[in-house]
Amino acid sequence: MLYQLEGSQALARAIALCRPKVVCAYPITPQTHIVEGLGELVHSGQLQDCEYLNVESEMGAISVAIGSQAAGVRSYTATSSQGLLYMMEAVYNASGLELPIVMTLGNRAIGSPINIWNDHADAMSARDAGWLMMFAESNQEAVDLHIQAFKIAETVKCPIMICVDGFILTHAYEQVDIPEQGEVDEFLPEYSPHIFMDPKRPLAIGAMVSPTDFMEVRYLSHLRQKNALKVIDQVSLEFSAKFKRNSGGLIRQYNVENAETVIVAMGSVLGTIKDTVDELNMTKDGQFGVLSIISYRPFPKQEIRDILKGAKRVIVLEKAFALGRGGILAEEVEMALKGENVGVSSVIAGLGGKIITKEMLKECFLNPMENECFLGLNQEVVNREYRPLVNNDVQ
Amino acid sequence: MSSLTMGGRFGKNTTVQSAYDRPNTLTSGHRACQGCGEALAARSAVDAAYRATHGNVAVVNATGCLEVFSCVFPENSWNIPWMHSLFGNAAAVASGVAAAYKVQRRENIRVIAQGGDGGTTDIGMGCLSGMFDRNDDVLYICYDNQAYMNTGVQRSSATPSLARTATTLPDGEYRGNEVHTGKNVPEIAMAHGIPYVATASIGDLHDLETKVAKAINIRGAKYIQIHCPCPLGWGFPTGETIRLAKLAIKSGLYPLFEAEHGELVGSTPIEEKIPVEDYLRVQKRFAHLFGKKANPDAIGVLQNLANKNIKKYRLGGMSDE
Repeated sequence: MLYQLEGSQALARAIALCRPKVVCAYPITPQTHIVEGLGELVHSGQLQDCEYLNVESEMGAISVAIGSQAAGVRSYTATSSQGLLYMMEAVYNASGLELPIVMTLGNRAIGSPINIWNDHADAMSARDAGWLMMFAESNQEAVDLHIQAFKIAETVKCPIMICVDGFILTHAYEQVDIPEQGEVDEFLPEYSPHIFMDPKRPLAIGAMVSPTDFMEVRYLSHLRQKNALKVIDQVSLEFSAKFKRNSGGLIRQYNVENAETVIVAMGSVLGTIKDTVDELNMTKDGQFGVLSIISYRPFPKQEIRDILKGAKRVIVLEKAFALGRGGILAEEVEMALKGENVGVSSVIAGLGGKIITKEMLKECFLNPMENECFLGLNQEVVNREYRPLVNNDVQ
Repeated sequence: MSSLTMGGRFGKNTTVQSAYDRPNTLTSGHRACQGCGEALAARSAVDAAYRATHGNVAVVNATGCLEVFSCVFPENSWNIPWMHSLFGNAAAVASGVAAAYKVQRRENIRVIAQGGDGGTTDIGMGCLSGMFDRNDDVLYICYDNQAYMNTGVQRSSATPSLARTATTLPDGEYRGNEVHTGKNVPEIAMAHGIPYVATASIGDLHDLETKVAKAINIRGAKYIQIHCPCPLGWGFPTGETIRLAKLAIKSGLYPLFEAEHGELVGSTPIEEKIPVEDYLRVQKRFAHLFGKKANPDAIGVLQNLANKNIKKYRLGGMSDE
């Protein structure tokens, strides 16, 4: 049924439809409204058989989720930015323990300087943590990805992080189709883990592993991620069949066939990019296409390569970068295209919520730079504040 | 192990450990050092909980000696559902386990979180306080050997004043751990008003088992801190572990008491009081306070602390009143 809802409220409803048994709540902007919404649903009795815990920190939030999932129930939490960093030790732990926790990441910049607005620095900090990571383009997709997330995570036995752009999605009111409980129940079976803490079948979870076996354990986790490529595709197809709309999957193409230049991006900025490309293509004869990366982890290297190798130029636009090096996604796309004669340009945009307009994108797409470009960077400020090294500085 | 330390195998009032059908939740063959106080404490505590719950107990273990010596793949000494996540989050993980059992209506399965003093009083303090604050249905047991033994004997906030550790090596005027009197976590637990708080010691296994058996079936948050001498970290012969624990009790430096909902409800009177010196002198971690560089002032500091405990926790029995 269609509702006019704030993104976070839509997500709270979607998550409740998945019947989590334990929800851990700790506030951090811009994720907070999601756990607030879930609290209301639990306390009003709309979400039954669910323990809602107000925890003392993000470390507490993820740790409660780890414990409850290990004791055999579906668990959910949400965080953003500094909160993700604060729980990071346990983020790695959750994936190592193969616990299919579902967590929403309301994407926000990482300080210092402290900044509550949107970019993807938080998600990128967890890119090697062993979680599945998917990026939502719209609130509808965010809702749909969460319903798929439980199924994907529980099939692969790996936690999953659904990345939803802070404010741009979490706080935006728009029309969202929320499925009925019966439909979701049909799509998502009850969670029934094979291994959990049960006095009738005692076992140890989280043993120390020596150099003899550690690499094998990590490699098996790597293989699980690779299996997830198939599972994500499969679950997306099942979802489309059941709910009659396309959501999720590994990647999505937009006007890529016959496009000379393909823009690659993740998350809500894809809407602006597609609008820009539409306008450019009206005058430029279909020269531009768009590739959305929905599944960032596992990284669908082959699928990306297959699509981009036909392009002349690829522009990777991302809301994060590795300081001292450059674009993160850009480099991964470049690796996927190794050996192909396709130029890859890197555009860093929207850091800390910096505005991204169609005009800015148009100029950037029509005049791609060889190296990286920081979209909308105020060069005056940089020139004023930056003092180049002189010989005396290095003793 | 002597019949005395087994709680009097031939007496009437036998301990769980001395019973012919003791549960052996922590079996032999693990990798603890010879004379490890923590191994004895953990086995005694979890066995007592196992018996009191008819085997319905699950344990979450913080990183530390106990975790490392009991469960290294592919070996495991635990005969119960056991889980290790991280160093500082055992209390929160246990909260999650308890929440899962509650929502599954399996609250008959009782949850223990356990860790050393480092994992409890330092890095685990936030999650522990959160668990207390929510009154989650978890018994947290701190095996207090008064320093970070697993990493090589560094100071924790449970390290006694003036003790030598690898990060408080006495040198010249510096007398070792001259910080303050340490962090009194049982009292911090009491300040949360949780249903049950107790201290125990491997020097009194009857008392330890009784307290664990009582705590494990109370609904809500419980905290028990058990004094576990460490031959390696404190510097004493491995056969002396139990004696050291008993000396600590007798000196007044490790008061044994119980509290309910924030109020002290009972304590174990010291049967035969000894000066703290008798306890300190046999440990290398206090050796710098004796001998040529003897420091009566320093010993006085610790004696004052013991005297304060004796008064505060009424360890003098009737003569106190």
